[in-house]
Amino acid sequence: MDWQALWLTARLAALVSTILLFISIPLAHWMVFSRRRWTFLVESVVSLPLVLPPTVFGFYMLMATGNRSPAGRLWSAWTGHPLAFTFEGLVVASVFYSLPFAVQPVAAAFAQVDPTLREASSILGASRLRTFLRVVLPLSLEGVIAGLVLSFAHTVGEFGVVLMVGGNLPGVTRTISIAVYDHVQALQYREATTTALFMLVFAFAVLLIVYGLRRRPLAAAPIA
Amino acid sequence: MISQRRRLCKALAVLIALAPLLPTRVVTQGSRRLVVAAASDLQTVLPEIVRGFERSRAATVTVSYGSSGTLFAQIQNGAPFDVFLSADVDYPRQLATAGFADAATLQVYAKGHLVLWARRDSHLDLGRGLVALTDARVRFVALANPKYAPYGRAAVAALRNAQLYDTLEKKLVMGESLAQTAQLVESGNADAGLLSLSLVLGPTLKAEGSYAEIPATSYPDIDQAAVVVKASREAALARDFIAYLRQGPSVEHLTRFGFTVLRPSAR
Repeated sequence: MDWQALWLTARLAALVSTILLFISIPLAHWMVFSRRRWTFLVESVVSLPLVLPPTVFGFYMLMATGNRSPAGRLWSAWTGHPLAFTFEGLVVASVFYSLPFAVQPVAAAFAQVDPTLREASSILGASRLRTFLRVVLPLSLEGVIAGLVLSFAHTVGEFGVVLMVGGNLPGVTRTISIAVYDHVQALQYREATTTALFMLVFAFAVLLIVYGLRRRPLAAAPIA
Repeated sequence: MISQRRRLCKALAVLIALAPLLPTRVVTQGSRRLVVAAASDLQTVLPEIVRGFERSRAATVTVSYGSSGTLFAQIQNGAPFDVFLSADVDYPRQLATAGFADAATLQVYAKGHLVLWARRDSHLDLGRGLVALTDARVRFVALANPKYAPYGRAAVAALRNAQLYDTLEKKLVMGESLAQTAQLVESGNADAGLLSLSLVLGPTLKAEGSYAEIPATSYPDIDQAAVVVKASREAALARDFIAYLRQGPSVEHLTRFGFTVLRPSAR
């Protein structure tokens, strides 16, 4: 049982989904409520990782963060080592790759909020921030939680991107999905099965906890 | 009831948000760490050599296996390896020319051998060599991807040499590395595979199948080369490791796993 890989994956997924929580909410809010005509451009860019094969995405991340790119060189100069093949590199790549999984459920939830409620709040004197925090956000909590869970699960299941950008370094970038792949490649089927089963149970437990804490059932209750 | 759940949600959220701050690995103070990038054919032979080195030098060595081409690409992109053990001499040479490896440390320490391997329950008559693959009952033959795996290139060369490449081309399936190629055959998905002698002499494959050596004259030399990566922070230890690879106990071990070991004077 690869405890090191498991702990690494849990840390990665938790960090990535937390970062995405703080990115997705403002981004989704802007995408849904902005009256600019070019929001569709941003939507397309945000959804790009959904249609790009993980290896293509990983390849471009490698190019963008490696020493041959200005961004990569800047990072190297600042921290003393490249972004790729580090835990931080994985976090950056995963944040971009799981972005649509965090933004889309949140945006969908925001879009479903009755606009008259927002207007009423405005009329009663609440600022836009207060309206957002006290009216829109509580009503879209399901979507926010869904975004959190999806980005967590997606990061745990990532393989192609991690393989390209990570370099399979034990304790640093060997996530659980890479560890299982490694075991299979080395014909260590027992270790592979143990790790895979544990991962399945762990992921299921996380989902059970999160969905069990939902306030409302999936279908809306009829208005009495 | 609802507020209790809310508090629980908030507590969970805080816990999850704080989790990343906890450290991932325990840093053993004082022990030196070496990271080795090794070609897949060394998978069976390297662990014992590494253990010997760790014991005698009080250092920790971690090994990342992969196909030589993949490791080559990673090192070019700044992967933090100290030593590169490739299944050919071209990749290390290219790295040295491009400034990613220390040319002075480049050395060929052994030669690998190509074999044809099939599971014990296979009907294949390995004594016939590569010709046995033309049998209609053989549906898939696995080899490592010749684009970036030296053993794959050797396999294609051997097939061409035996005038069998065109006939068998439809049956060829490629593994991303030697290890994956072995796994394709071992799992029963491919009927036979062109693997390295070192892998088939390993415990798993030895017990599960049999092999036939491909005549060494039918494919180019599979030179096993070692080189120290320029960006390494443990250059002295890295050089030490390569030196250890060429000493008595390692040589014996390499020979036992089918490598033809070269005397240190050979370059």
